[in-house]
Amino acid sequence: MDMVLNNIEELVEKYNNAETTLKEEAQLKAYFLSDDVAPHLEHYKPMFQYFLESKKEQYTKDVPLNTKKTKLYQWISVAAVAVLMLGIFIPNWNSGPKTLADYTPEEQKLYLETKQALALISNNLNQGLHGMNALDMAGDNFNKGMGKANYIAVYSNTTNKLLKN
Amino acid sequence: MKQADFVNIVMPFKDKVFRLAKRLLVSREEAEDATQEILLKLWKNNKKIEDYKNVEAFSMTMTKNFCLDRLKSKQAQNLKIVHSNYTDNNSSLQKQVEAKDSVDWVSKIMEDLPEQQKIIVQLRDIEEYDFAEIAKMLDMNETAIRVNLSRARKTIREKLTSTHGYGIK
Repeated sequence: MDMVLNNIEELVEKYNNAETTLKEEAQLKAYFLSDDVAPHLEHYKPMFQYFLESKKEQYTKDVPLNTKKTKLYQWISVAAVAVLMLGIFIPNWNSGPKTLADYTPEEQKLYLETKQALALISNNLNQGLHGMNALDMAGDNFNKGMGKANYIAVYSNTTNKLLKN
Repeated sequence: MKQADFVNIVMPFKDKVFRLAKRLLVSREEAEDATQEILLKLWKNNKKIEDYKNVEAFSMTMTKNFCLDRLKSKQAQNLKIVHSNYTDNNSSLQKQVEAKDSVDWVSKIMEDLPEQQKIIVQLRDIEEYDFAEIAKMLDMNETAIRVNLSRARKTIREKLTSTHGYGIK
């Protein structure tokens, strides 16, 4: 027992000077993890226990290579582009040359009614146009006013310059 | 290289990468994030990997650099907030009281070591690499590694002896 203890004390000394080999360190670890550690060396115990416990920690997450994911994203973007293209081209397939005769009588009636209503609105708009002349004149005066407003703009520019200085 | 081949290469040492990351970054989540990013970086370079004789050593070097960079940018962010870098005499006792038991206390002592020493203790005392491997990983000579390791071991011992009398077990 004393022989062992002498040996351990020697190894501890070497260990503290970082002169032990891995084999000797394994010896020390075995000694300090055993139940019969000399009282005057007991304070080394938690250190070696800690080393041993630390080595058990594991990386538990997956190895994240992500290649599957990126492939999936690539396919999704291809699909999205395809859908977009369909959206652009499909309406053109249906729109061949068509005349009024191609529609059902109901649709034709609806078309004519809409046409009449639109003509009515257009008439009224033309009448309204005459009234617009008055607005034109107002617009002229407004433009004159704008000319004066430019002076104000120039004035404010100069004040800005003054403020910067 | 196929995905399965890559996983086979990485499998034996991914825990070591994680543990080194955790030693430096402390928080488990941050260490997991770092490990993910390191593995992804390795995978992206998988054509080069076939040229490396020692992928494991290369990965450990990468982990060290990655985590130190991360700590640096974190430090830059916190610089304004953390202005007390002096060592507080009461802090070690305070920390020891917080530690659940004496084994926990060792992990707190390790947190206070300089980064270089942390890395070396991690690689030698926990992962049990030989000095030649550590020298390659850290791009240091073996003597410098022994000097740092000896300092770290003595610091741990001193803190353990000086607080041993308080009898937290």
